[in-house]
Amino acid sequence: MVRFRCLAGLLVALFASAPAQAALSVFACLPEWASLAQELGGDKVSVYQASSPLQDPHRIEARPSLVAHMRSADLVICTGAELETGWLLVLMQTAGNRNVQPGTPGYIAAADYIERLEVPTRLDRAEGDIHPSGNPHIHLDPRNIAKVAAVVSDRLAKLDSKNAAFYAARGDDFETRWGAAIAKWEQQSAPLKGMRLVPYHKDSVYLIHWLGMVEVMDIEPKPGIPPSAGYLAELVDKIQRNGADAITRSMYTDPKAAQWLSEHTHVPLVDLPYTVGGTPGANDLFGLFDDIIARLEKVRK
Amino acid sequence: MHARVFVAGLTVAATACAPLANAATDSEIQQLRDELTALRSDYAARIGALETRLAAVQTTVEQSAPVEPAPFVQPPLATAGSGSSGNEFNPAASLILTGTYGQQSEDPANYQIGGFIPTNGDVGPPGRSFQLGESELTLAANIDPYFSGYFVGAFEGDNGTSVEEAFVSHVGLVPGATIKFGRFLSDFGYLNEIHAHAWDFVDAPLALQAFFGGQLKQDGLQARWVAPTSLLIEVGVEFGLGDQFPGTDRDKNDFNSMMAFAHLGGDVGFSHSYLLGATLYRSKATDRTYQDLDQFGAPVTDAFTGDTDMWGLDFVWKWAPDGNSVERNFKLQAEYFHRNENGSLTFDQDGPGDATGNYNSDQSGWYAQAVYQFMPRWRFGARYDRLDSGSTDIGLVRSGLLPSTAFPILADHDPRRTTTMVDFSPSEFSRLRVQYAWDQARFTDTDDELSLQYIMSLGAHGAHKF
Repeated sequence: MVRFRCLAGLLVALFASAPAQAALSVFACLPEWASLAQELGGDKVSVYQASSPLQDPHRIEARPSLVAHMRSADLVICTGAELETGWLLVLMQTAGNRNVQPGTPGYIAAADYIERLEVPTRLDRAEGDIHPSGNPHIHLDPRNIAKVAAVVSDRLAKLDSKNAAFYAARGDDFETRWGAAIAKWEQQSAPLKGMRLVPYHKDSVYLIHWLGMVEVMDIEPKPGIPPSAGYLAELVDKIQRNGADAITRSMYTDPKAAQWLSEHTHVPLVDLPYTVGGTPGANDLFGLFDDIIARLEKVRK
Repeated sequence: MHARVFVAGLTVAATACAPLANAATDSEIQQLRDELTALRSDYAARIGALETRLAAVQTTVEQSAPVEPAPFVQPPLATAGSGSSGNEFNPAASLILTGTYGQQSEDPANYQIGGFIPTNGDVGPPGRSFQLGESELTLAANIDPYFSGYFVGAFEGDNGTSVEEAFVSHVGLVPGATIKFGRFLSDFGYLNEIHAHAWDFVDAPLALQAFFGGQLKQDGLQARWVAPTSLLIEVGVEFGLGDQFPGTDRDKNDFNSMMAFAHLGGDVGFSHSYLLGATLYRSKATDRTYQDLDQFGAPVTDAFTGDTDMWGLDFVWKWAPDGNSVERNFKLQAEYFHRNENGSLTFDQDGPGDATGNYNSDQSGWYAQAVYQFMPRWRFGARYDRLDSGSTDIGLVRSGLLPSTAFPILADHDPRRTTTMVDFSPSEFSRLRVQYAWDQARFTDTDDELSLQYIMSLGAHGAHKF
């Protein structure tokens, strides 16, 4: 009897832990989309963030809890552009949720709505881990966030039509605040124009493009291929010849190579939050860009 | 260029016309010469100007060539109706290339897992010297809005081919449900469902080798359902033909192989994840034959007919700091298998000593393995395998008709193996591995097994299961 009660109690506890059915359930592959969905959905959505801000977005495990959350999701927001190929497909195939398959209203691949940079003209894995649809790290240009926000707002209203007015109002409000923030950032970052960066991975091209900075070279010899000791030694020389204002890396990448290069070239190293939560300052999407610009300004002087 | 030809033409024309002017006066000739000279110098000046302009334009083009490529490139749009060759709908294709170099202290030809009825399947290390492993070709695509298809063909190193998997799946018949049918790797335990190229060691655990002859494949149907909870709770069933060990093809209309499984999984923060599983399996065998030696050492064919009931437990725990597995990560995995076989055993089937009696065995096996990625791209792993031949009741021996030495391969034995490995993955698509194992699967003698392995993946990016 005790055993039965224990089992019954466990079952009740398990089902009670199910996400509340009142709110629209959003599954966000990456922290930036979780933050955006929360901005746009407010208390009408319950957002599940599938990965941590310190995870390499290319390499996320199809963890059991991800399958469980995708099972009940009403809307899945991911980057697309093959960023999540290694794990999203497994979730799609095992979670048994028809409503969030690619091509349905329950699935948003943000990169589909963005003009992507660095679309390769030659597709060959000898070039490293390249993406046929172009560079997928689109969220680091806030103008792209605005475009995706419009799509998400629209989709929330479609999926939860009784709250359509709420989402529309919230979307308009976000658009206004975000537009003002972009204007502020662009003004504030004017001195950053022409700044010469050496990022670890090609994950800041949209940021560099937006702020008119220059990507001198990358620390990775090819996307996804870590630099060897010999290659780093070559880079010291190259950086000194080409000149650079900062070496940058996203918080999820290996710090050792970037630190070593910074010491040997005397070019300052800037750790940048890659996404929301990457640094204490990047507490939401607004904080993310505030913090990135502040960190770059510090070494620009 | 045209200008130069024109001038040359004029000169030739003027020279040719000159004799016509014989009658003309010297002054007239002089006048014509002057005009011609003027014309020449005029053209020369014009040509010079043109050449200068051309050079200037060329320089500008060269200078402006390395300007940044157009910053925005439109995503490639679907080119429907543009004279399509039909290839646009080709399935995602990928190819796995594997191979080993092996050294074994014992002859691989006499490999056996002592105390267990042979599976006639894929057991033992990959073989001595250079061995080409399975080349796996995978094709996968959505079929239509309702079904998707998946095919894995294997080209064996010895030139044989086999269909590893070929199934159709359907998602969401009811919320949370997935159905697949065709041939697929069974969801028995954790590792059985994973393709060999994604294993952490060169070979399968002894338990999978002893109980399934490698991996259990079903020709049949699988239905699974994920509960609407934030913890993963998943249940599933499989029905199959069951012609693969431990079953045999029985030429009946029913499902010879039946299985039920349940999974429970979740996270502790972003850094830890776990998955627990339990499986029940049942199949029947009719005249499942195997080779053994009789009490005098002569080869005989014995056969089992009866029921196989199995159950298994599996456990996986993964750790990565903040979930970021690229730098460092750790994986602990263990499985336990139990098998009961109940029926009859025939000695020397269709031979001079043909005799049949009861057979009942309770056998088990387990393995535990840990793999640690200590720096990007480098991993170290260790595995321990243990089987227990358990209690085997052979009616022919109990009744005194035959001595126990008539069934040497069913003698009491607890096979053990310890394996260590180090692997290096230059990229997500290539892996090189060194493995060393002390294998005591045989009744006597420890086999020291060294394997060097490569695993390469071409084409579409594979999706990796947890």
